[in-house]
Amino acid sequence: MSPHRVSIDSDVCIGSGQCALTAPSVFDQDDDGFGVVRSGREDGAGEPMLKEAARACPVQAITVEED
Amino acid sequence: MTDTGTQSTSTSAPSFPSDRTCPYQPPAGYQDLAARGPLTHVTLYDGRVVWLVTGHTEARSLLTDPRVSSDRRNPAFPVFAPRAEDQASVVVPLLGVDDPEHARQRRMLIPRFTVKHANALRPRIQLVVDGLIDTMLAKGNSAELVSAYSLPVPSIVICSLLGVPYADHDYFEGCSRRLVSAPTSEESVAARDDLRDYLHRLVARKEAEPGEGLLDELITDRLGDGQVDRDELVMMALLLLVAGHETTSNMISLGVYTLLEHPEQLAALRTDPALMPTAVEELLRFLSIADGMVRVATEDIEIAGHTVRAGDGIMISTSLVNRDAATYPGPDALDVSRSARHHVAFGYGVHQCLGQNLARAEMEIALGTLFTRIPDLHLAVAPGEVSVKPGDTLQGLYALPVAW
Repeated sequence: MSPHRVSIDSDVCIGSGQCALTAPSVFDQDDDGFGVVRSGREDGAGEPMLKEAARACPVQAITVEED
Repeated sequence: MTDTGTQSTSTSAPSFPSDRTCPYQPPAGYQDLAARGPLTHVTLYDGRVVWLVTGHTEARSLLTDPRVSSDRRNPAFPVFAPRAEDQASVVVPLLGVDDPEHARQRRMLIPRFTVKHANALRPRIQLVVDGLIDTMLAKGNSAELVSAYSLPVPSIVICSLLGVPYADHDYFEGCSRRLVSAPTSEESVAARDDLRDYLHRLVARKEAEPGEGLLDELITDRLGDGQVDRDELVMMALLLLVAGHETTSNMISLGVYTLLEHPEQLAALRTDPALMPTAVEELLRFLSIADGMVRVATEDIEIAGHTVRAGDGIMISTSLVNRDAATYPGPDALDVSRSARHHVAFGYGVHQCLGQNLARAEMEIALGTLFTRIPDLHLAVAPGEVSVKPGDTLQGLYALPVAW
């Protein structure tokens, strides 16, 4: 899978955790509950569920750009 | 509603909601509603005609549209059942308000409802589940599963999380039941007030003697510095307590019934226990126990060839949205190996269920452990004899007699 650029708009995120549930190798939740991209995984790390995780976000806070 | 204001005949806008006959299938007549979708008109009990959303794409679009409001103080907010006639009199935090009020409240709570926190609770949930099964097995070879298992599991877990004494469970479970299912507004409001008084007393006790639950944290961290006032804190506690046990309890008992009625699916799950998370998503989709999310439009919205006008009421049927054949092929078949992701059983948009990660953990452990430890579990009544809750409340069973 080609590299991506993954980011989360923290102003939009509601902390549902659907990204961390769907693609835990790329996404986590910080101490405040907000979704974060794991350090070093901003390229998607070849995660096959990356786009599913973005689609699972109930507020569409995740952007996955093709590099 | 401008374009149907003069219509109230049942043929143009059938009544909604209806009662289920089979506990896991949408009521008779809902297929006709789906055929009229993705948006159609229905008539509520009070004669008001509102939009009914049955399409998956349209539901997700409207649930994320800032022109669609959850604010029950809006006089145009639909009243879906007589018990909700007084809904504007008390502000229900989270589910009854819009951003930014909603976001401020949700942000106080999300640190304790993450995937990590839910997973950290799994050993405790397992202990609760094993203890309840030990008791059932010790008592004989039959049980009423709602009272013996499906209600106590989430009730004990949410008590532990919030810091509410489980010893009070008969009282708050009774209040919760009346709150969400009383036939009249008077009874529902009285139940809400009883529960509110109970939680006010609990908060006062905790201020004097702090404990270790989420309520104690909120009292110390948020009430102390004025981020939340006492009434708001109590209403948040009320919502968390009710939503924390009424919903999951219905999913566990209905999930058991549904799997027992689909033995080939249960067998697949037994053969491959790693399917359990997928099976839980499928049960959430298939059962759609919160069938009828209510909203009001605050501006005109063009969608699917229709114009939803400002002030129009909107009902979203999760059971129909989650059986949209364009999203879920063969939607009326239970298939525990299907990818049921993107269902709206927990809602969608900013109001999506706060407790969904905890609910998943509870369902996975409660269903998996029950069928493992009691492999010959079966219904103790004929399938048609189970008593199904009415269509205008959370879907589920009043009782589930089982034997082994």
